[in-house]
Amino acid sequence: MRGRRQGTLVMDVGPRDHVQGPADAPVTLLEYGDYQCPFCGAAHPIVKALQRQLRESLRFAFRHFPLTTIHEYAEGAAEAAESVGAQGKFWEMRDTLFQNQPALDYGSLLGYAEELELDLERFATELDNHVYAPRVREDFISGVRRGVNGTPTFFINGVRHEGAFDFETMLDAIQIRMTNLAA
Amino acid sequence: MQLTGNQRLERREPQRGVSPEVEEGQRSTALPPGTRAPYFKLHTTPDQAVALDDFKGKRLIVAFYPADWSPVCGDELAIFNEVLPEFRKHNAEIVGISVDGVWCHIAYAKYNKLHFSLLSDFEPKGEVARTYGVYRKKDGFSERALFLIDEQGTIRWSYVSPIGVNPGADGVLDALEDLENEKSQKGAAA
Repeated sequence: MRGRRQGTLVMDVGPRDHVQGPADAPVTLLEYGDYQCPFCGAAHPIVKALQRQLRESLRFAFRHFPLTTIHEYAEGAAEAAESVGAQGKFWEMRDTLFQNQPALDYGSLLGYAEELELDLERFATELDNHVYAPRVREDFISGVRRGVNGTPTFFINGVRHEGAFDFETMLDAIQIRMTNLAA
Repeated sequence: MQLTGNQRLERREPQRGVSPEVEEGQRSTALPPGTRAPYFKLHTTPDQAVALDDFKGKRLIVAFYPADWSPVCGDELAIFNEVLPEFRKHNAEIVGISVDGVWCHIAYAKYNKLHFSLLSDFEPKGEVARTYGVYRKKDGFSERALFLIDEQGTIRWSYVSPIGVNPGADGVLDALEDLENEKSQKGAAA
């Protein structure tokens, strides 16, 4: 369904977001994802391939969209990613989480944080106190209000990507956007 | 300009002389905003029934969906499940209605950890969906349709999505906000 915002992202990608790529890149790709969702797991290497291909032309941002009642570990994983992000390694943790989708329980999360050589005590305390739960919820609701109805959902320069998320389809959609900008 | 679900439905008047059941190629006959919500009382478990007037004084979102276990509804109800706190901030509850039997609903709700009731429009099959104008006679199940009913029992917003498309929750949230704004405007004018 298109609500009154008609698929256009109102909460723009900004300083609150986790972003890779230059701020002035012509295209911003935003993903709403869930670390326990197998489709997001499948999309993860595709996003990386797009980043390799498009280099400085692409800015990528990731927001959490955990379906907590069907994915038992998705919320914890999202909060863990935020906590690790606060220690400067959000993207490393994101890679780790997607590469280890079958093991996202509390003990595993602590193990991943240890591998990333973080302040473990701080990480555990933040996880236990759900310090980043409001932030994750803010991401989630921002998605709901833009019509996100499953994961992964991508927005290209604020417009929802309606097609499949294989490499070719995504690359085409992004390049069409770039061509339109150049025209 | 792309219309919102609400605008689309306001322009979609039921056709005279057409059965309220939706046939292939016909326009949807979903009850439009302003209509009194038809009464229903349906089982959610073998010994528990839920009725429209159980929600008196509250807003009620009625989500008709084709069937338990079909892939798209799974996502639809999962999203509604996640958004329950936002619905409740607007004094709204939600029920799901399909033609599945109560045992099927119980298993489905448990599997998806749903925190709202699924009602069984099972016997006579699809009768409530028919009264809301969203039964697909040819298929034997309902449209994927949403109704927002206000505290007084009037339909204030309705939306029918393509059968395979998860409508998400933004349309309902927009409609709830519209009700809120209308209420505060009325309050300011009084």
